[in-house]
Amino acid sequence: MAQAAMSPTGIDLSGNPRRRRKETLIRRVFQAAAVVSVVVSAAIVFSLVGRAGYFLAQVDLATLIAPSDGWFPRRGSFDVMTIFAGTLLVSGIGMLVAAPLGLGAAIYLSEYARPRVRRYLKPILEILAGVPSVVLGFFAITWITPQIVERIVPGAQFFNMAAAGIAVGILITPLVAAVAEDAFRSVPQSLREASYGMGARKRSTTLNVVVPAAVSGVVASLILALSRAIGETMIVAIASGATGGSAFTLDPAAPGQTMTAAMTALAIGSDQVRGTEGTFESLYFIGLLLFLITLALNVISDRFVRRVRQKY
Amino acid sequence: METVTTDSPRNVHIDMGARKPNARPSGEPVFEVADLAVYYGPFRAIRDVSMSIAQHQITALIGPSGCGKTTMLRCFNRMNDLIETARVEGSVRYHGADLYDKRVDPVEVRRRIGMVFQKPNPFPKSIYDNIAFGPKVAGFKGDLDDVVEESLQKAALWDEVRNRLKESAMGLSGGQQQRLCIARCIAVRPDVILMDEPCSALDPIATGRIEDLMQNLKDEFTIVVVTHNMQQAARVSDMTAFFTAEVNEEQDRRTGVLVEYDKTEQMFTNPSDERTENYVTGRFG
Ligand SMILES: Nc1ncnc2c1ncn2[C@@H]1O[C@H](COP(=O)(O)OP(=O)(O)OP(=O)(O)O)[C@@H](O)[C@H]1O
Ligand SMILES: [Mg+2]
Repeated sequence: MAQAAMSPTGIDLSGNPRRRRKETLIRRVFQAAAVVSVVVSAAIVFSLVGRAGYFLAQVDLATLIAPSDGWFPRRGSFDVMTIFAGTLLVSGIGMLVAAPLGLGAAIYLSEYARPRVRRYLKPILEILAGVPSVVLGFFAITWITPQIVERIVPGAQFFNMAAAGIAVGILITPLVAAVAEDAFRSVPQSLREASYGMGARKRSTTLNVVVPAAVSGVVASLILALSRAIGETMIVAIASGATGGSAFTLDPAAPGQTMTAAMTALAIGSDQVRGTEGTFESLYFIGLLLFLITLALNVISDRFVRRVRQKY
Repeated sequence: METVTTDSPRNVHIDMGARKPNARPSGEPVFEVADLAVYYGPFRAIRDVSMSIAQHQITALIGPSGCGKTTMLRCFNRMNDLIETARVEGSVRYHGADLYDKRVDPVEVRRRIGMVFQKPNPFPKSIYDNIAFGPKVAGFKGDLDDVVEESLQKAALWDEVRNRLKESAMGLSGGQQQRLCIARCIAVRPDVILMDEPCSALDPIATGRIEDLMQNLKDEFTIVVVTHNMQQAARVSDMTAFFTAEVNEEQDRRTGVLVEYDKTEQMFTNPSDERTENYVTGRFG
């Protein structure tokens, strides 16, 4: 080896062979980690597709979108629209909470806060991001329901989708704030200076220059948060009620079932997974639907993030 | 600015003798700077600058890198306010009014004193929206189309972009972008245009176009331009100020001072300070 790397003038460039072997080993380790994650993802999709297909073969496809039946897997009524509406309602309320709060916080942190203030506020936001969702679920029924929901809608039920939605909103606010703040801060200072140099105030600079320039990042933050909200399980399982199934409803003050909560109910067996043929397999079908929805959202947000990089 | 009293002593006499570093240009002064010092935190970036800048003239600020030209320029429209650590001492009077008076709103100042930056910095919006931005935020009520056309024409860009006003400004060439930034500045109808090395990112042809443009704009605006390019200063400016950085006693960093300020011709043919001569002849910096 060393002989081969010797130049005619006798300079040895072959380096330390042990170091090179170590390099190779380390590369293999990381490669293996990457491969495992790909394999696991593929395995998940594979298992979902197989059982979901079995489920679809068992049920009458027309009943999947018959709102009158509701979602009662035990009785064999698999109206997907019911749990889809529940998911939409809860994550919609969550976005109504998280978009203004998260974007507001992001604008404040990036444009208004002094460096000292930011140094204290950002870790607090990160703590909020670290609150386990089971805690937020209990917070929803013990505080949000009596203090907020029942004040707006007197006579609201103890378990309701509004409380779950607000708690989900609190959960995803730090996510919106963090991603959007990154987008605002990556807007070049030269654009702000151009704006100030023309006699624009801070408010118009922020709203008319910084936010539009960061619009891709803002959209990405919202889509990311939405897919997180759609996937959130623990809060809705605790706070939105309807563990056994749910009739179709769009009333946020009423209990309802989301796709994730329906899956939990099936998986932990509180909803006796026996039932009719294909009950258990419906779990895989919803899982596949959820997977496809969040995949689509992630692809869209990825597009936006890539666009933001191409810009200025 | 109406709220600020304009009781400046306009008749301050400054000797124009050849040996005086701080000559007074002919014509109505737009700015009068006295004993100016700027600090970034504890660091003093420039000190003891006194100069006055005449209306409808082009004043060039030259000097080696780090001597404080940009710092000086940003004092004229309070852009240094945007830097948290920056502090200004001394006085800058604009048509007699103290720019650093407590009652002065920097936003009002910047509407009258516009700025063009070293690197073209168009907004990632359409060409039209770039120009319309300034008038819009200033609450302009008239016909924006007219303002856009007029500004682009004054910036000698109209013919090149008239058919693509709705396209993104990011698609323009560097030289076009810089002229767009000048047009954007003009659209606010300022009194003074400050330019910080406006051609440093441009090729000689684009540079020539901007220089021609500056000559045309001179009738309407007062221009202060920072440049590293000695020929450019000599070609375009009426007055030239030469700054340099001197080692200061307390800190081992350098503080900028105004060495000499005179008619451009004088500065380049017969400077009175040896340091100026060394710099303009390329023996230093
Ligand atoms: N925001 C800032 N914070 C701290 N120091 C600064 C800041 N801006 C400039 N300085 C310092 O002030 C001094 C003057 O800088 P300035 O940018 O005014 O120089 P310049 O003459 O414009 O240089 P150049 O020709 O390279 O643009 C330098 O020592 C610089 O390091
Ligand atoms: Mg500079």
